[in-house]
Amino acid sequence: MSPAKKTNSADYLRMYRQMVRIRTFEDNANQLYLSAKMPGLTHMYSGEEAVAVGICEALTDDDRITSTHRGHGHCVAKGADFKQMFCELLGKEEGYCRGKGGSMHIADQSHGNLGANAIVGGSMGIATGSALRAKLMGQDDVTVCFFGDGATAQGLLYEVMNMAALWKLPVIYACENNGYSEYTKTAEIAAGSITARAEAFGIEAFKVDGQDVLAVNELTQKLVARCRKGEGPFFIELETYRYHGHHVGDINRAYYRSKDEEKEWKENRDPIIRFRAWLVEQGIATEEEIEAMNAEVEKDAAAAVAYAEAARYPDVSEVDMHVYAD
Amino acid sequence: MREITLSQAVNEAIAEEMRRDPTVFLLGEDVAEAGTPFKVLSGLVEEFGTERVIDTPISEPGFMGLAVGAAMTGARPIVDLMFGDFIFLIMDQLCNQAAKIHYMSGGKLNVPLVLRTNMGATRRSAAQHSQSLQALVAHIPGLKVAMPSSAYEAKGLMKTAIRDNNPVVIFEDKLMYQDKAPVPEEEYLIPFGVANIKREGKDITLIATSSMVQVAEKAAELLAAEGISAEVIDPRTIVPLDEATLLKSVRKTSRAIVIDEGHQSYGITAEIASRLNEKAFYHLDAPVLRMGAMDVPIPFSPALEDITVPTPEGVAANARRLCAGEMIHAAE
Repeated sequence: MSPAKKTNSADYLRMYRQMVRIRTFEDNANQLYLSAKMPGLTHMYSGEEAVAVGICEALTDDDRITSTHRGHGHCVAKGADFKQMFCELLGKEEGYCRGKGGSMHIADQSHGNLGANAIVGGSMGIATGSALRAKLMGQDDVTVCFFGDGATAQGLLYEVMNMAALWKLPVIYACENNGYSEYTKTAEIAAGSITARAEAFGIEAFKVDGQDVLAVNELTQKLVARCRKGEGPFFIELETYRYHGHHVGDINRAYYRSKDEEKEWKENRDPIIRFRAWLVEQGIATEEEIEAMNAEVEKDAAAAVAYAEAARYPDVSEVDMHVYAD
Repeated sequence: MREITLSQAVNEAIAEEMRRDPTVFLLGEDVAEAGTPFKVLSGLVEEFGTERVIDTPISEPGFMGLAVGAAMTGARPIVDLMFGDFIFLIMDQLCNQAAKIHYMSGGKLNVPLVLRTNMGATRRSAAQHSQSLQALVAHIPGLKVAMPSSAYEAKGLMKTAIRDNNPVVIFEDKLMYQDKAPVPEEEYLIPFGVANIKREGKDITLIATSSMVQVAEKAAELLAAEGISAEVIDPRTIVPLDEATLLKSVRKTSRAIVIDEGHQSYGITAEIASRLNEKAFYHLDAPVLRMGAMDVPIPFSPALEDITVPTPEGVAANARRLCAGEMIHAAE
């Protein structure tokens, strides 16, 4: 863990709670999928919680993010509500997108989440454009562009980083390097260094332990403040790990990564276990308080799942609504 | 009324809207000091500065993506795509992102942007700078598509496009930039989905887009000399399409040719012809014909290029045969 700075216990407890909310959301989503209650496919964020929470806790609701196909964590971390999220995953009328987006397109404009994107790297332009808008219109919000190591293979990244650097845009490129580009080791698809890609454009790039929520948060806070002063853009490579497969159906994955490797990350580098131990050690929370918090989150999630399961599907008359805006 | 060129009309429309709305801005390759290779945007950077008239690197997917993000968060970008052929480069940003975001978000996010680009062959620019690709984007729900046929339409449609809350693609025929037409000094907008009956007639309806409107009007002149009365209709926007006006005309004339400079197969012409068949079948005295660019990459040689696109003589010949009761196929 990063050096202790007990400046604000409430912030730390919120960070912990948000990480647990993500893990709990994903456990429930996985169950919904496995029990065939959830249509379509989905990609679990479990294991990467410290990335989304460390970053989003450094942002305000006016700051924007763009998310990925593995986007539930970003959505929760940016402030989304369980009920509307589960409703969206189940294609219900009360979902964030009235059931039209689903897991891979969930967006929550009220908290500045411009949406998950099912095209790998597809939102890099959107994030950079949001930052261009902020600069043009004299607004001081910052946009964070989440993407995976796999998306560094998309050409769009290099086009938009070039423009962001030329025009000093308030955007932070957050590369969640979980070691795998779908079913392939990142080392097999990415030559050279990830951060050097950004440095080539004169963008300051940082590498951080993505399992350490405080380290992520501390770095992001500094970069967000610098972005607001016109010193952007920045690039962060966050070393992390996904516990599940590329998508929920990716069960037998021994051909691309070992069970031992998964065990090592889960047992020794889990972001929630590590942060929980730190909170107790620092006297910020007791084991009992943490257990109570966990139980509360589980209860919230169970209630939200039950609500979503009972919720209505959109009326069929909605199928051709929202093709065009008024 | 004063006459200005199509290029000036586009320039005026953008300038007026940029004065009216500070969230409107332009971006694209060489849009600022150069004013684009066709000089359509000349002078705008002097008035609005490089903050709102932004020269980008040669990164079409990149700046298209930036426009989508800016539009989603409160600005109204106008993207200048130097040649319509480059639309293939931006397809993901235009069709997977811009077109679908409003729908995918359940109506919560809007993407009010204008993509202005061009089309049209016979400029000796060969296969990668001469295509008319409107059918590709018209196929994608969520996009609107405008095809101005003169300076008057170019200005009125551009102003409407900039105020629209959806992604709008405007295809300007690059051979028409210097064509003059009467354009009022006072402000006007042309609503989308309202066709313009350019010439009234009773024997056959010629539905034509963009520069093909001129081709159809010349064909109508040729036919008039032979006693055939042709009605010429310009849909002005392909999406939305003013089906009612087209159907009304065809129910009156009983015959129709649809002319568009996109390729003959799987194009705008096929879509319109099909709708006429579906909804005016009992009124038709002849099959509805499609006339588009030949199904070949546009060749460079003038000797070859000129025969790839519809001409007034070709349209008149087909109209003559339809009116004579010959069941013909345009490709023959």
